[in-house]
Amino acid sequence: MQLLVEVERLCKRFGSITAVDGVSFVVPAGEVLGVLGPNGAGKSTMMRMIAGSLAATSGVARICGHDTRLAPIAAKSCLGYLPEGSPLYGDMTPEGFLDFVAAARGLDRSERRKAIARVIEQLELDEILYRPIDTLSKGFKRRLGIAQALVHNPQALILDEPTDGLDPIQKGVVRRLIAAISPGKAIIISTHLLEEVDSICHRAILIARGRIAGGGTPRELHAMASNHNAVTACVEQANAQRAAESFAALPRVASTKIRIDGADAFVTATPREGAFIADAVAETLRAASIPARSLEVDSGSLDEVFARLTRQVAEAQS
Amino acid sequence: MSVVWTIARREFSAYFATPLAYVFLTAFVSAAGAMTFYAGDFFARGQADLSPFFMFHPWLFLALIPAIGMRLWAEERRSGTIELLLTLPVTTLAAVLGKFLAGWAFAGLSLALTIPMWLSVNYLGAPDNGVILASYLGSFLVAGAMLAAASCVSALTRNQVIAFILGIAVCLLLVVSGVGAITSSLRGILPAEAVDLLASASMLTRFIAIAKGVLDLRDLFYFLSLIALFLFINTCIVEFERSA
Repeated sequence: MQLLVEVERLCKRFGSITAVDGVSFVVPAGEVLGVLGPNGAGKSTMMRMIAGSLAATSGVARICGHDTRLAPIAAKSCLGYLPEGSPLYGDMTPEGFLDFVAAARGLDRSERRKAIARVIEQLELDEILYRPIDTLSKGFKRRLGIAQALVHNPQALILDEPTDGLDPIQKGVVRRLIAAISPGKAIIISTHLLEEVDSICHRAILIARGRIAGGGTPRELHAMASNHNAVTACVEQANAQRAAESFAALPRVASTKIRIDGADAFVTATPREGAFIADAVAETLRAASIPARSLEVDSGSLDEVFARLTRQVAEAQS
Repeated sequence: MSVVWTIARREFSAYFATPLAYVFLTAFVSAAGAMTFYAGDFFARGQADLSPFFMFHPWLFLALIPAIGMRLWAEERRSGTIELLLTLPVTTLAAVLGKFLAGWAFAGLSLALTIPMWLSVNYLGAPDNGVILASYLGSFLVAGAMLAAASCVSALTRNQVIAFILGIAVCLLLVVSGVGAITSSLRGILPAEAVDLLASASMLTRFIAIAKGVLDLRDLFYFLSLIALFLFINTCIVEFERSA
């Protein structure tokens, strides 16, 4: 497995503030790594250091094996980068801007024409090619920012909040694009949207106070939630109490909860240590002859996992 | 090297994206003309030469060159595009050079637009065209040195107005250190060697020498090394900000 991005004990201090505090991770070819974390956690600072617009206080970042400090030009050549907020030269047109980036990345005239045509198609930019960038909507600016990061077809890609400011349809376009180009590439995206962990990331890390607070595959992260594998049955209100009592009697159930919604009652059974209880719950309902309108298994809430991990880091530091 | 060209080309066309370029070119050409005829007594002198035209150039540049240089880095920092620029596979020196060359080319263009002055003086009499050519070169070099200084201070801030004012201050220092009134008043305060050093570092003395038609290699070297010095400092500032 080829490691395209390697980060070792990366640190950044601004005066007395430590923005990034010894972060290490690797991204192999073919993986999309999600970077999550609260605002000001150090996500963007970390990405800027890997991309080379900010020098690290200590630590090493390597892109396709090139040390970003010792061989910055070689490292940058392999990398596409969308900076936070997608800054662009507002007085240029998208066509001129993409041509500039492609030329600065060393593509000759015919390569540039092909590369620009490719990213225009990938990001659906054809209708705005000759309009000044300043007059474009936020969504187009973001897509143009992604286009410039892809124009040289880099092996490694860092996208700082690629779907921020996009409408749901555009978000879908960008997510499908990331999934489509990910084979063979290492892609790092930062996001605030937990749904993106499930929809595009193969793995996610959570940054809090400049450190990695936790991480794993989406499956592993879901499994860390207290409501992982919790089962919710929708029953008639009259049966709610009886259903809850029968669930509570099951050995693998830790707690039960009833939520009334009109004539319906939603009875939730939360398992001990994420145990699989769906079959036992269904069995119990049948045995007690309580008709259930629906039965839902919860995969586990990422919100809760990330809130808990963030809190743990904060507590450990204070 | 082609990367320097790519950056210079983008930067040069950026001047024309706003009306600023046209305002600047008009202001320069009309101010240079007005100075020549009103302050320089072009007609009353009764001589077919352009020295009253060139003598005002360092003073005109004082306001106009910082206006060309102010946006070079401050605008990149304000809009955040410096993030893009610094993550392209381009050395900082290449970016500094590209930006400087674009600004210098723009200054050259504004000088080129004054060629009608040259044509008129040739129509009116028989000037020494060698001297005029040397003066143009000297003027271009003064513009280059001032622009390098302005680009350098532009990297210090994200505010173009601050960059402009700082640019004027630095350029003023480079010019007035050679003005007789200033140097003689300094003689009372500073040791003679220091005053001589300051005066010899002045662009004005060198420019006047070149504008007389005396193209000394040392003067040429002086301007080019001044440009190199400022661009080196410029590179250091950008590098420093990257690690700050």
